[in-house]
Amino acid sequence: MKTSSRPRRRGLRRAIAVAFAALGMVAGGVSAATAADLPSTEATDQFIFQGIIRDGADPLEGVEVTVSGNGVEETAATDDTGAWSIGVAEPGTYTVSLDPATLPDGITLRSAEFESREFTTASTSQIGVLFPLDSAGGGGGGGTGGDSGTGGNTGTGGEGGEPAAPGGGTGEPGSAAAGTTTNDFWSTVLARTISGLGFGLLMALGAIGITLIYGTTGVSNFAHGELLTFGGVVFYATTTLINWPVWVAVIVTLVASAAFGWMHDWGIFKPLRRRNVGLVQVLIVTIGLSIALRYLFQFLIGGGILGLSVPRGDVITLGPVIMTTADIVSMSVAIVVLVAVGLFLTRTRIGKATRAVSDNSSLAASSGIDVDKVIRIVWVLGALLTGGSGILYTYFIGANIKWDVGFTVLLLLFASVTLGGLGSAFGALVGAVIVGLVTELSTLFIAADLRYAVALLVLILVLLFRPQGILGRKERVG
Amino acid sequence: MDFLTILNNSAAEILSPSTAAFALATIGLNVHFGYSGLLNFGQAAFMAVGAYAFAIFTMQVDPTATLGWPMWLSFVVAVLVAIVAAVAFALVLGIPTLRLRGDYLAIVTIAAAEIIRFTVRTSDYSAVTGGSQGLRGQDYKGDITGLNPLTGTTYGFGPWTGTAYDTWIRILAWTLVVVALILVWLLMRSPWGRVIKGIREDEDAVRSLGKNVYSYKMQALVLGGVLGGLAGIMYVLPRAVQPDNFATAMTFYIWTALLLGGAATVFGPLLGSILFWVLLAFTGGMLSGLQQIGAFGDMSGTQAGQLRFVLVGVALMLLVIFRPQGILGNKKELSFHV
Amino acid sequence: MSETTTDGTAPTATHPLVDGEVAPGCKKVDPIVVADGVIRQFGGLTAVDVEHVEIPRGAITALIGPNGAGKTTFFNLLTGFDRPNKGSWSFEGQSLAHVPSHKVARRGMVRTFQLTKSLGRLTVLQNMLLGARDQRGESFFAALVRPLWRAQEQSNTEKADSLLARFKLDTKREDYAASLSGGQRKLLEMARALMSDPTLVMLDEPMAGVNPALTQSLLDHVKGLKDDGMTVLFVEHDMHMVRHISDWVIVMAEGRIVAEGPPETIMQNQAVVDAYLGAHHDTDLGTLTNQQVAQIHEAAEEEVPVGLEASATETTTTDAPAEPGATAHDEEGKR
Repeated sequence: MKTSSRPRRRGLRRAIAVAFAALGMVAGGVSAATAADLPSTEATDQFIFQGIIRDGADPLEGVEVTVSGNGVEETAATDDTGAWSIGVAEPGTYTVSLDPATLPDGITLRSAEFESREFTTASTSQIGVLFPLDSAGGGGGGGTGGDSGTGGNTGTGGEGGEPAAPGGGTGEPGSAAAGTTTNDFWSTVLARTISGLGFGLLMALGAIGITLIYGTTGVSNFAHGELLTFGGVVFYATTTLINWPVWVAVIVTLVASAAFGWMHDWGIFKPLRRRNVGLVQVLIVTIGLSIALRYLFQFLIGGGILGLSVPRGDVITLGPVIMTTADIVSMSVAIVVLVAVGLFLTRTRIGKATRAVSDNSSLAASSGIDVDKVIRIVWVLGALLTGGSGILYTYFIGANIKWDVGFTVLLLLFASVTLGGLGSAFGALVGAVIVGLVTELSTLFIAADLRYAVALLVLILVLLFRPQGILGRKERVG
Repeated sequence: MDFLTILNNSAAEILSPSTAAFALATIGLNVHFGYSGLLNFGQAAFMAVGAYAFAIFTMQVDPTATLGWPMWLSFVVAVLVAIVAAVAFALVLGIPTLRLRGDYLAIVTIAAAEIIRFTVRTSDYSAVTGGSQGLRGQDYKGDITGLNPLTGTTYGFGPWTGTAYDTWIRILAWTLVVVALILVWLLMRSPWGRVIKGIREDEDAVRSLGKNVYSYKMQALVLGGVLGGLAGIMYVLPRAVQPDNFATAMTFYIWTALLLGGAATVFGPLLGSILFWVLLAFTGGMLSGLQQIGAFGDMSGTQAGQLRFVLVGVALMLLVIFRPQGILGNKKELSFHV
Repeated sequence: MSETTTDGTAPTATHPLVDGEVAPGCKKVDPIVVADGVIRQFGGLTAVDVEHVEIPRGAITALIGPNGAGKTTFFNLLTGFDRPNKGSWSFEGQSLAHVPSHKVARRGMVRTFQLTKSLGRLTVLQNMLLGARDQRGESFFAALVRPLWRAQEQSNTEKADSLLARFKLDTKREDYAASLSGGQRKLLEMARALMSDPTLVMLDEPMAGVNPALTQSLLDHVKGLKDDGMTVLFVEHDMHMVRHISDWVIVMAEGRIVAEGPPETIMQNQAVVDAYLGAHHDTDLGTLTNQQVAQIHEAAEEEVPVGLEASATETTTTDAPAEPGATAHDEEGKR
């Protein structure tokens, strides 16, 4: 295992070069950007079907995949990394099929049902399509990702490259990807509910971080999304660029995230507390931090979508619902972590101290609690949880990462926290699950690209009628 | 590295119509945050509302063609429609939130801004809004082009040379900035401005003196929002309407410009906007120049371009911590509560 | 309406301000404020429960009581800064229920705050001018046309200058209010309230945090208000001050009116000794169980995070900082 930093740096550089080449990064226009042309994200293809076809660890080149439906029929062949992607402009249901004739001899689809399947774009903008293979040689182990052995592999990202967008907005990241075997309404509802639940659980990890920090320090941290991206980026770097085993990568990512949170407090927020800087000022400082970090990430990993060389596992069919093991693992991990956080806050001394500081920091200080220490712990814990959600999020939404992924979910995190009632950890969990469900289920009735708008609209409506949040007590608003 | 070109490009920003539009939005935010203490994190949405209302009205109703209106009337009515839309948006935001604590307005404005952007971006309404592609400039610029009194080919000198259309828009946009500055100056020296500033300091005190705080906050929100809406029109007249131009990032840049120049000062937003864009163009030019001569090793031009936005973020942080009153602000009259 | 209780005081005491017998909740000859059945609860704890009270016109009335008696909350309720769970109250015969605070002020009932709310980044003069009523220049469009409001502004400025001279703040005229001392801010706040020519001035602890050197002049100013024909209602702890300037004293404890009377006799009232002095010793707090304390903190906390107006003021201010063992939150803590 490579542990020194030199190979890592080399790996990163190489990967950046590969990423730029593979994604056809649009480099022009950025340096010339002026007020006259704030560059913008502009993807003509709203939805991208993509995947990597491998036999075990060996990418298969030249396998043809066809996407058809809504008047579109497009065929693509896998490149030398086994990656393919087809973009479509319109949402809707498409048939994605693989031409078995183009598979190398001796390799077949594990089951004929995978040859041609229907996918609905509604819930995601990038749709990972899996073609589980069986090789006649036997040893391949099936699945599409195989082991994380090939390395340096990127290339699942958006076709034509999403241009780097320094000034522009962001599209939306994908979200949970439970599909259905049928097109019947209730099956779709079920699948979306599961997706929404998973999405909500993931967000809960990040939302609890926000709410703990808000509770103990009063700071609305607009740079919180970058903690999520940070987790994703480190995970990407460790798994995909330097090919460490996943469990090592997870540990490294969590440690790095915790350290990152510690640095936030040590380097920025504790000095600000010492200077007695007002909360509005601190809020704007976090906006500055968010901008700086976001473009630092873009500087490091580029402006496109990068694929993770982590297998998404097998496809599992539960009744009418299709999911991958990745989905189930993500959800389970999120639940375990959430329970652990709950126990930490209610059972341990530090957890109780945290809640005491949240309730009333001067009172807590006068009863002998070291408020600065508690805040430091909260930053570390918050960053750890959010970094962890970064891992799960990048994994969950289709094993890819983009430089602004955290920023795009930031508002949803804030929505979760506000919905549940500012400053309450349990409220954040409930809020996040509600936001997740609303986001996914809304796609049953309205266009998928409006689903985040619906979640934010719910936020505004709740503020209108119950400003204290769903779980907050009415008395709080005088 | 062509230093002259870099300087030239940076200097061009000083008088560009886009800087004027940006300054107008910043003046609006100054009314919100600087004078009234309202935490509006959705100023870009006011711009979007203004820009889309103006462009959609011009394209869909098209009074010049369908009703035979003179071009000036059609243009003025389109601007009025944009103003009405901005007022309506301000009311929708303000009614639920202005009674609540300040940071609720922050959350609601930033959320509403994203709702607006998602809505104009969605493919469902692309027949009207153009979806993620936005609207083409030539589809709504007919009236304003026709009204252009300038007939020559180029005007101006040095970095500030432009076509007749550019110059026309430049004149319009900067005239509007001057009008907005005079308006703000007149208001802020009046008893109305005194009430507004009092609310920024302490709502309850002002309330105890018999002023309807809610109504004043609403008036300030509407005024700043209308300036934002007009800024949106001015912003899209030299280009096309692009939904992602009105993302949260735009709002944050407006905030940076405001804090740079100095909140709660009349000229702070103007100075801040000019400096922001000049510095951005300058650092952009310098970084790409340095990259071309190999100063950053094998870093790509795009990457060098990212660095200046990192600098924007760092600058915003340092500014807020070490000089919250900005360049023009009075040290005694700090722009933040402690 | 309330049943008269006579414990402590002379059974048939009368007083020129009172219509009938002196007792808690007694009728006044000429009341300016009348409150009936006003109840305010915070999360199950009753902060204010006033059956009936009348404030006499043209007099200086002191509202006293131990820390946490609900005085400030009652103030907030009367002035529209907080809403009671139920009850009715009127000013000059007109009901004030559901009247927003700024309209209460416009009717001539102007208050100050316990923690001074001088507007720091406005000059002293601007603070004063803000107090003036019915300013034409305060409407958006008129503000743009100076001739419409110049004359009024001129006369308001003259009035402000004379008030500033009276309160000895004229040398600070152009200073930012943030640069004033605590006592000067109290004076400024009082002077600002007078800019609107109120009929009733409500002062919330005018002496709190004031330099002793300024106390006498503040007392004189309060007395001066009465001489100018205004009614004064003030919340205070300091019995010296109460005795010195007030014509009438109302005592609150645990949210209720427990006694009323002229300042000379009120301290002999057994209910006052029990409630008011009792709480000044530690005995009262000592009887609270840990659970009660936790409950109090919880209830108080609910007010803080989203607390909008009065509730935030209420819970973040300390009635008597010197009181041992008292926290900022026991205002609604005592029952």
